Amino acid sequence: MEKVSTVEGRAYPFGMKNVDTDIIIPAHFLKTVTREGLGAGAFEALRKNPDNVFDNPAYAGSPIIVAGDNFGCGSSREHAAWALLDMGVKAVIAPSFSDIFSGNAFKNGIVTVALPQDAIDRLMEVAETDPITIDLEAQTVTTPFQDRWTFEIDPFRKYCLTEGLDEVGLTLQSDSAIRAYETRQRDEQPWLASGTGLAA
Amino acid sequence: MSSIPRTLYEKIWDAHVIEQRDDGTCLIFIDRHLVHEVTSPQAFEALRMAGRKVRRPELTLAVPDHNLPTTPRVDAAGNRVPIADEQSRGQLEALERNAPEFGVQYFGATAAQQGIVHVVGPEQGFSLPGATIVCGDSHTACHGGIGALAFGIGTSEVEHVLATQTLQLRKSKTMEVRVEGDLGPGVTSKDLIMHIIGTIGTAGGTGHVIEYRGKVFEDMSVEGRLTVCNMSIEGGARAGLIAPDETTFRYLKGRPYAPKGADWDKAVAYWNTLHTDDGATFDKSVTINAAEVEPTVTWGTSPEDTVAIGGVVPDPMSFADPSKQRAAQASLDYMGLTPGMRMDEIEVQNIFIGSCTNSRIEDLRAAAEVLKGRTIHPNIKWGIIVPGSGLVKMQAEAEGLDKVFTDAGLEWREPGCSACLGMNPDKVPAGERSASTSNRNFVGRQGPGARTHLVSPAMAAAAAVTGRLTDVRKLTNEEPALA
Ligand code: SF4
Repeated sequence: MEKVSTVEGRAYPFGMKNVDTDIIIPAHFLKTVTREGLGAGAFEALRKNPDNVFDNPAYAGSPIIVAGDNFGCGSSREHAAWALLDMGVKAVIAPSFSDIFSGNAFKNGIVTVALPQDAIDRLMEVAETDPITIDLEAQTVTTPFQDRWTFEIDPFRKYCLTEGLDEVGLTLQSDSAIRAYETRQRDEQPWLASGTGLAA
Repeated sequence: MSSIPRTLYEKIWDAHVIEQRDDGTCLIFIDRHLVHEVTSPQAFEALRMAGRKVRRPELTLAVPDHNLPTTPRVDAAGNRVPIADEQSRGQLEALERNAPEFGVQYFGATAAQQGIVHVVGPEQGFSLPGATIVCGDSHTACHGGIGALAFGIGTSEVEHVLATQTLQLRKSKTMEVRVEGDLGPGVTSKDLIMHIIGTIGTAGGTGHVIEYRGKVFEDMSVEGRLTVCNMSIEGGARAGLIAPDETTFRYLKGRPYAPKGADWDKAVAYWNTLHTDDGATFDKSVTINAAEVEPTVTWGTSPEDTVAIGGVVPDPMSFADPSKQRAAQASLDYMGLTPGMRMDEIEVQNIFIGSCTNSRIEDLRAAAEVLKGRTIHPNIKWGIIVPGSGLVKMQAEAEGLDKVFTDAGLEWREPGCSACLGMNPDKVPAGERSASTSNRNFVGRQGPGARTHLVSPAMAAAAAVTGRLTDVRKLTNEEPALA
């Protein structure tokens, strides 16, 4: 996973409250065999409205979404995080998030930043015209207009995000122990270590 | 360590701990990973996106099974028959691409070795005693029949195992299911495991790994043991185990991926240590009297809804628990049954002999034994026999079993999961009943509105002959145990 220290750029001034996972990615996209390409289906229902924020060229490719309360509620589908990632979104700023969504977002390297509603109101304004900066190291959100808010993040999640560690990456921190186990197995139980014989 | 008596599960677990974390989670080494087309596409894609490889491709075996149609896969000209369903095709094509890209052994749709993952693993000698085995499928417990610690995992864990050959796990509790005595004539391993689930309930083994113990299992063939362990998940357990013994070793010897030469002797010496020590204790223990087990069928929509074939549909009010009363009533409504109906008067229209529970050669022999020289009843509109693998199919054909089935009026199909879950075109029509040798009688499992009665292969064959659920012993002249 990519290391994240700052997320900087334009933001979609979305603002909607209670955005559920069905809004983020409708159920009929769940049959897919790939994560890639889900971005095209993201917010499908909202995008039927020609004035929607996601198809406004001013915000195309923005890495940040500014949203209302309770973002990502609904089902546990990880597809919601995959869809955002595929759109190029690296961070969501909202007053609150569903736990499952923020867990899935974290697993996929998306930063969820919780800020009070008045900060969200101000960011909605800024996003119309200017970029926003999220500094994960300093735990701050800033704008070109001297706005500055601090946010909380679980230290373990912060560590994983800044080091670019997903669950696989975390396990691979024990790589030398795994290697030692594999060496011992090759030695003591070669019949288990050989498998199909199709080695890399 | 060796002086403390341990259960079989604890021995296999201890042998696979790489690291223990402060919170009690252990990093466990995974020896064997079986991969099929439904739960793997996104796992492989995640590896690709992260630029990762399969850590130990030789410990992974890929085979398509869930989606494959069971009709011929090549046409007269030798060309592959295209898969009509778009989603099925997408998943199958993804596996066909991913396996070679990641260097994993793959038995494709037309290979003789293709079959249901849980049939293929033991058949190839890929599944071995004392190994940790995982697959993105809940019936992975099946491989416990050869003395392996085997359990199902989800797609994100599939990715984790592909990338690291490990899993972060917590140790399960242990449960002993002890069966005393011998099974009566005409009573099979399937009847026994259904009876066990009926006794312990679908939550009976939750949080536990079950070890099946007693003379019955020692006398049982490896294929029978695979059937028993297969349904451990229906009893709530993540895994089921039967200690490996001479029967297991005989079964494995000479199989393609089984150890050879000096390795074989070394392996057998180790496998002989894989049993629960005298004095080891289980967290939970249940005892079953084998003599009480009759040919068993299900009446409801949960695998615990079992009854002897000589019994009747129960009255929902006969259950003590009010939530079970409601569930039983809902089951009967769905199944179109009324309390007090004799089980052996229930007519069936469909027969399915197959699935990872009962599609091995002994299962097919048991069905053929009953069907030999008989024809199916006019009630039967659709009856298919789906061998568990291409090799099982070839063996059955060599023994002439396919002829017995087709002469009787049943269809002989290509290997796969088929009507076990109806992800492919094999489905039971709404409102109709099936006598099925699979493992789940859930609402809609065999097709929307389908009514499933779980049975053994011999009992499915008997139902095919009489057009209703039937005590197979009446056809084979075996004495039913006196009630
Ligand atoms: S046969 Fe049925 S239970 Fe077995 S793996 Fe296939 S779908 Fe699952």
